Amino acid sequence: MRLALREAMLGFRRAPLLSVLGIVTIAFSLFSVGVFALVALNVRDAIRAIEDRVEIRAYLTAGTEDDQVAIAVSDLESQPGVAKATYVSPDQALERAKKEFVAFGDEFEDAVLPGSIELRLKEGFRDPQAVDKVATLLKAYPFIDDVRYGREWIEKIYRLRSVAAAVGGGLGVVFALAAVIIIGATIRMEVLARAREIKIMQLVGATDGFIRSPFLIEGCLKGLAGGVLALLLAYVAQVIVSGALGYADVRFFAPWQALLGVVAGAVIGVLGSLMSVGRHLRQV
Amino acid sequence: MGTTASPRGPGIVRFTKVALEYPRRGTALTDVSFEVAKGEFVFLTGHSGAGKSTILKLVAMQERPTHGDVRVTGYSSTTAKRRDIPKLRRKLGIVFQDFRLLEDRSVEQNIAFALEVIGTPPGAIAPKVARLLTQVGLASKGTSQLHELSGGEQQRVAIARALVNDPLVLVADEPTGNLDAKATSGIFQLLRDINAAGTAVLMATHDLSLIHRSGLRFLALDRGHLVYDGDDASRLATA
Repeated sequence: MRLALREAMLGFRRAPLLSVLGIVTIAFSLFSVGVFALVALNVRDAIRAIEDRVEIRAYLTAGTEDDQVAIAVSDLESQPGVAKATYVSPDQALERAKKEFVAFGDEFEDAVLPGSIELRLKEGFRDPQAVDKVATLLKAYPFIDDVRYGREWIEKIYRLRSVAAAVGGGLGVVFALAAVIIIGATIRMEVLARAREIKIMQLVGATDGFIRSPFLIEGCLKGLAGGVLALLLAYVAQVIVSGALGYADVRFFAPWQALLGVVAGAVIGVLGSLMSVGRHLRQV
Repeated sequence: MGTTASPRGPGIVRFTKVALEYPRRGTALTDVSFEVAKGEFVFLTGHSGAGKSTILKLVAMQERPTHGDVRVTGYSSTTAKRRDIPKLRRKLGIVFQDFRLLEDRSVEQNIAFALEVIGTPPGAIAPKVARLLTQVGLASKGTSQLHELSGGEQQRVAIARALVNDPLVLVADEPTGNLDAKATSGIFQLLRDINAAGTAVLMATHDLSLIHRSGLRFLALDRGHLVYDGDDASRLATA
């Protein structure tokens, strides 16, 4: 391990410019991945904010007993996926209407609006299928007259979300692959520069794993350094974009996500090294 | 030609009907069989391209035969896995004509590097480096840089490095090829001393006078064929 570390550091010392170039290239590749991840995160947040408003409203037939409604509400709340079920009586509906439309107050005094049950769904249960399922459940009650939940709207949100996830994920994978190839190329140059050491190691009986280890450490360190640099760049980009949009809610990565990004850099570095050294070892 | 059993004991290197064909370069060796006993000194000779280096590469399992079997210190080319090769090489020492030393490191560091690679405990490295340098006659040159050394001295460093594993077999590919007569004589004597201590030596050389003077067994190769195996120096000209 001592030798592996020393040889890895030797790689940095012997070709500092190449090492810096490698780190910067890795950083830019990871930065591109990071920017897409940030965009994807913010889009996801925006969609989630919209999703939070997904609501199912079930209108009751006139004359429905309060007891029946109470049982239905309690029954519905015990269903998986239902966050909250609220009974809105005809009086409450009128009150609400009066607040929202002032003209309502003058025209109507009695409870002319039907009572309803409003349902909010838990996160993860707002996809069209889950919403349909709850709606079907509601329709099964004999005192439910009508169920409204903006089916098309929900389907559109979900389509948008799927497209955003696919595009973000696809581009992320492409950039991550590019980063692996770039790190592989920088390590490859290092491998070629140290071909003689590798040959000597092989001839005195070093195992492939032993020969790989300094390069894997080097790739890991370069990936880590590139990851940290990419994180800094992404932070600067986030600050600039937030400032330019004048929209303070553009969020940055959570600490665990930032850490995951840096770890991903290290993993990419190790993969790139494995690719280069593996190819070299197979050739000699 | 069948396998020549050595009178000195069981074979530590055994070639049985070995052939090596490269897809593009053609045939490098054809039906080569011989045996080298423990502690034996054997020359390999022949013109360039005759197959000397190929045989040494086969011994170190840098190449595998396309036909036949190479058996070295118990490892067979037919059955050895890739992971067995480092174990085999820890029983070998390998020396090249061009030394293959690390130019940016001192004499000591070159040997210490090989010792570290094979996992020698840190505390044991310096004493072993000193012992090896004494063995090859470079006790006072440990801290020297390679460019300060003559060709013969650099080859001694390479030999010291080849001895880190206390090898059973020392494989030397034209170790005197780049050296003048005096240095050649010194290196050859060093290899003889190593051999006298029990290490078998397989040495490829163009230097017929060296073989002649030594009276040792030699294998003569011609275009991939083993054309002579014995110690009759009078056969050198015709082999």
